[in-house]
This record gives sequence, structure tokens and C-alpha cells, in this order.
Amino acid sequence: MKRAHMASVAALSLAAAFASSAAQAENLTLCWAAWDPANALVELSKDFEKQSGHKMSFEFVPWPNFADRMLNELNSGGKLCDLMIGDSQWIGGSAENGHYVKLNDFFDANGIKMSDFVPATVTGYSEWPKNTPNYWALPAFGDVVGWTYRKDWFERPEIQADFKAKYGRDLVAPQTFAELKDIAQFFQGREIDGKTVYGASIYTERGSEGITMGVMDVLYSFGFKYENPDKPYDMQGFVNSPGAVAGLEFYKSLYDCCVAPGTSNTYMGEGIDAYKSGQVALQMNFAFTWPGFEVDPNVGGGRTGYLVNPAGPGGERFAQLGGQGISVVAYSDKQAAALEYIKWFAQPEVQAKWWSMGGFSCLRAVVEDPAFPTSQPYAQTFLDSMAVVKDFWAEPSYATLLQASQKRFHDYVVAGNGTAQEALDGLIADWTEVFEDDGKM
Amino acid sequence: MSESAIDRVAAATPAGVARRIRGLSDRAIAWLFVAPAIFLLLAVNIFPLIWTIRLSFTNYAANRPNREVEWVGLRNYERILTDADTWANMQTTAHFLVWTLFFQVLIGFTLAWLINRKFRGNDLATTLIVMPMMLSPAVVGNFWTFLYQPQIGLINYAVEFVTGIPASSFSMLGPGGWARWAIVIVDTWMWTPFVMLICLAGLRSIPDSIYEAAEIDRASKWRQFWTITIPLVLPFLMLAVLFRGIENFKMFDLVVLLTGGGPGDETLLASIDLKREAFEKWRTGHSSAYAIILFVTVFGLASIYVKALNKLKER
Repeated sequence: MKRAHMASVAALSLAAAFASSAAQAENLTLCWAAWDPANALVELSKDFEKQSGHKMSFEFVPWPNFADRMLNELNSGGKLCDLMIGDSQWIGGSAENGHYVKLNDFFDANGIKMSDFVPATVTGYSEWPKNTPNYWALPAFGDVVGWTYRKDWFERPEIQADFKAKYGRDLVAPQTFAELKDIAQFFQGREIDGKTVYGASIYTERGSEGITMGVMDVLYSFGFKYENPDKPYDMQGFVNSPGAVAGLEFYKSLYDCCVAPGTSNTYMGEGIDAYKSGQVALQMNFAFTWPGFEVDPNVGGGRTGYLVNPAGPGGERFAQLGGQGISVVAYSDKQAAALEYIKWFAQPEVQAKWWSMGGFSCLRAVVEDPAFPTSQPYAQTFLDSMAVVKDFWAEPSYATLLQASQKRFHDYVVAGNGTAQEALDGLIADWTEVFEDDGKM
Repeated sequence: MSESAIDRVAAATPAGVARRIRGLSDRAIAWLFVAPAIFLLLAVNIFPLIWTIRLSFTNYAANRPNREVEWVGLRNYERILTDADTWANMQTTAHFLVWTLFFQVLIGFTLAWLINRKFRGNDLATTLIVMPMMLSPAVVGNFWTFLYQPQIGLINYAVEFVTGIPASSFSMLGPGGWARWAIVIVDTWMWTPFVMLICLAGLRSIPDSIYEAAEIDRASKWRQFWTITIPLVLPFLMLAVLFRGIENFKMFDLVVLLTGGGPGDETLLASIDLKREAFEKWRTGHSSAYAIILFVTVFGLASIYVKALNKLKER
């Protein structure tokens, strides 16, 4: 009997040991877009694997299909992803539909304070409803639309002389959109090193979110607002304000005058290619692309300058927010291990390493470090840009709102149908229908 | 006498089972055999169709599981049928459908007629001609995007060579009104061989004796073509048109890769619009109604067409 009892105890101990080791060694899957920062995160996560014993797997989807694929996964209650680095605009829908685990209690229990992160990223990536202390993600990757320009071309004496002769001022990085257009026009069709170059690469993609990101990036500085600050969802006179109309006309004029031929459906990838191949003098793109330019043999090594979004005619300067927060998927069976990852990722030393590897950290301890502005040629521009960000609707119906703007903007800017006023009036009608369907108006 | 396989199976069947089977009628056994297929058909075709019809009368959104689902009656259908954008997309689809069918039939039949004549290298020519239809639409979409590229694309350079219009001054896939034709060209390039193969089968099914009889009657080649070749190949041709018509009504991948539906909505086919409504805007109820409308359209047109085809065969 005693022997049997001893055997039972031994068996239970063994089972407990196996159970415990199984609980410790989970195989976690992190879902994100397929881009350079994701590769950096794979490298960074090796430290987590060493420390925790968990194994990390990754599911990366190219940007044009990222939202489709991952929102399908979330909407179907799929268990593929334990951790999701989802786009900032998904936060409303993911919070309201129960796709993400609310992290407030976890943050409190583990001493993770949102005040330690750049405020714009907390609002943009973590909060729903906006501007309330309800957190559904940890800011993971700060991103913003900015501009790069060929500093080496700008510094050439003959080009400088030509520009001065034509515009009566020095060829320097543009501070306003009007200056930017002048420079783009100046370079359009110019021969440099025996090759015809063009003014600028801007977003014109129709299928996912490209042209909306580009147009919004300009419209904010021209006075566009999503709604009446005193009356939510009241868009008349804000979305289609005279400033917004002028901004949209400006974007079209930039498209008409200064892009390379055949760029009627371009987004981040095409912008990178155009810039790296020496096709354009200026390029609109998200900051995540900047580390790649620094190491590129054609445009790296000091040949690229980085620029905060220029100011609009009234001197206002805003930029389109990009970036994402990292969330725990509510359908995951491995939430404890996933939360462990977030706790590890939030540590200042991990965030510092994240930045050094090309990940745009949102932790204030990293970006407010006195050495940060000089740590990379683009670091100061990134900081300045993050201080002026605005984001697209993050409502649960964001996808419908986005598709409406994609259609209206592409139809006007690229296809040349109608006027800017008609496009924005039409956009209000589309968005009103969505909000009415949602019972918000 | 050696024991057959049937005898062996009969001997191995337990007595109880054998008794039960012996009690079944032929009709019951027939049902037993077709039941799995019917069950599969119901599960993967009929049930989803009924479910889609049901959803089309609601405001259901697949990405908003917590939202209360309301019965909206015919509102989704009314919205779609009174929406100018939907009709514009239908017109775009019709443009694509009509012109691709026209060119594919014209070129496909001509190629089949030429290939049907015996000449050296006939087999090689056939193989080369059918290659495009063997390629994946993803591959075709991507390489035609390069061919249409104004700065490096061969098409623009060819146009410049012939007309003198600078290659980089126009974009086949961009603004300027060429995008609708650009997608017609690519689809025609890819699928003309399919029409050609069906026509070739039709041409080869015509007995030589008919032509020989016509020769004896001194019928001209032109008359032989119109009174023998065309009538006998017509059922095959109509079959090809039916297949290509249904396929092109559903066209999605190639056009998404080439233009994404742009510029603006210039190449936004109904199928692309439907996908956006269903899986980008997540208006599931609305898109279900849209799908039903498209289904009824295709089904209705195909039924009329099949009736016409049958009448033609009876002649």
C-alpha cells in the first residue's frame, strides 16, 4: 500500500513537472505585416526565447493584404495569432468586437505605465475609446509619414545655381508644401547623371489605403478636420472646408505635375523602389523606410535628407500617423505567455535594442534620451514628426470609411473625375451613411 | 469452378447485414449510393446559398458579431439597384465581357481555322499559342503590369516605335481612358487559346466527306465556309462563349493585379466591388444581396443561352 502510495506521488510529481514545463514552453505566434521592421523583430525576439523558454513563430503578410488577411482571422475568431501587431485604425473594432484582450489590469499589475510612452502613440495605438484610459495594446512601432530627399542632388552647385536662377532662392529642404511643389517641378524631367529623373513619389494606390494615407498627410496641414470638435460626427464644413478643398487640389496638382509616368497605383513599396533607383528627388513615405535608405548603396551614406511633413498655406503642420500597437488576441489559448512577451517587450533595455535594430520605439525613455536625436540621421525628424501626428478614423467601421475615401480620392486625383469640392462633399455623404448605419448619427 | 470476387464478398458479409441488404429495393440501394454526394451538395452549395439569401435581408456585418442583427427587408436590394455606382460597375463589367468575348471568338476561331490546316510546325505553333492559358493569372497580371509600364514597358515602346508618341507620355493602366482596354487586351491574350482549342475540336469533328460532297457540287470555298464550317462549329463556339462568359463575369484576380479597379473606378468590375463590400467594408448583409443579384443575373443569362444552344443542336 505504501509502495502504491509512493508510486502515485511520483507519478503526480512527474505529471506536474511535465505540465509545468508545458506551461512554460509555449509556441507563440506573432502576426504582423511583412516588412523590414518585422525582420528586426524576429531577431529581437530571440532574446525573449532565450529568457522565457517560449518559442516564437511569426506570420507576416504583405501590406496590401495585411488588413484583409488579419481582420479575417480576427473576425472568424481564429487561433492562428496569439499576439497581433495590428494597424492603429483597427483598435476601435477590435476593442468593441472583443478581438483584443483589455490590458489595463495587466499593465497595473506589472508596473507598465502608459505615461512612459509617447502620448500620440498611446492615443493612436492603444486607446479605445480615444482619449480614455482604456488600453488594448502596447505601443510597439511608432511610424509617421514624412519625406526623404536627395541631399546629394540638392548640394550640387550646378543644380543649386539653376534653381536659384529659376526661383530666386536657395535649393534647400522645403518647409512648406508650396516650396515642395516648386522643387518637385524643378526636378521633373531633369537629366541627372545621364538619366531622366522626376519630381516626387507620392501615394496613389487604389486597392487598400495608399491614396488616403497620402492625401490625408497633406490635407491636415491645409485645415482638414474629420469632424466638428464640439459635435462628434458633424462633418459639414470640416471635411469639405475651403482649406481641405485647397489641400486636395494641391495633391492633384502635385500628381499632375511631378510624379514619374505610370505611377497611378503606388504605395510604400513602389515609393521605396522609385527612390532607391534614383528616379525621384523627393519621396513621401512612412518613417519605417528610412533605416533601409541609410544602408542602401545608391541613396545611403549621407545622400538622403529627412524631412518632417511641410507646413500648409496657413503655417499649420501635421502628419499622417502610421505605426501599430501589440495586442493579445482574445481567442488565443496562450494568453499568459503572450502577456509575458508584452511585459518583456515593454522593458526599457529591450526598447533601446529595438530602436538600435531599426524598430521605431515609442518608449519615452528611448526617444527622450539626450543621445537619441543624433543616434541616426533620421532620429530628430522622426521625433519632430511624431509630435504633429493625426490619424484616420479608428471607428469600428474604419474599413468602410477607408474604402469610401479611397474611391473618392482616386477618382479625383488619379482619374481626374469631378472637382475636389465634389469629392469631399461625396465623401461626407458616404461617411454619413456609414455613421447612420452604425447608429451614431 | 473458381470462386469469383463477388462470391467471396457475399460469403464474407455477416448474415445479419446480408439479410438487411436483401430487404432493400433497387431504388433504396440507388439512394444509398447517391446520398453522400447529395449531402455534400447540400452542405457546400445549397446551404450556403440559402444562408446568403437569409443574410441579404439583414444588416449583418461579419466583423461586428456583437451588433444586433436587424431584419431590413428589401432595403439592401433597393440600395444596390438604385445605386449609380453599382450600375457603373455593371457597365464596366459588360464592357469587359462583351469585348473580351468578341476578340476571343474572332481571334480564337481564326487561329483554330489556321491551325486546322496542315503545315510544317503545326504542333509547335499549337503548343506556343496555348501557353498563355497555362500560366497563373497572378503571373500574367504581374508581367503585363511591367509590359504596360510607361518607362520600361515594351508596349509603350512599341507604340512609340509605330506612332511616334513618346513612350512615357501615356499610361495604359493609368488615367487617359486606356485602362478598360488594357484589361481586355490581357484577358484576350490569356484566354483566346482556350476558345481556339474548342473551335479546333469543332473543326476537326467535321467529316471531310461533307467538304468533298460540296466540292463535287462545285460550291466555292466561301460558300463551304458559311454553309458547312460555321454551322457545324457554331455549337462548339457557343459553348466556348458560355464558359468564357461565365468566367469573365466573375473576373477578379487579373484585374486586381493590373489596376486594382482603378484609375478611380474605371476598371472596377462587379466582382471586385462585391469583394470590397464583403471583405473590406464588411457589409455582409449588403454584399449578400449583391451576390444574389449577380448570381441571378449570371444564372438567368446562362439559362437563356443554354436554351438557345440546345435549340441550335436540335436543328
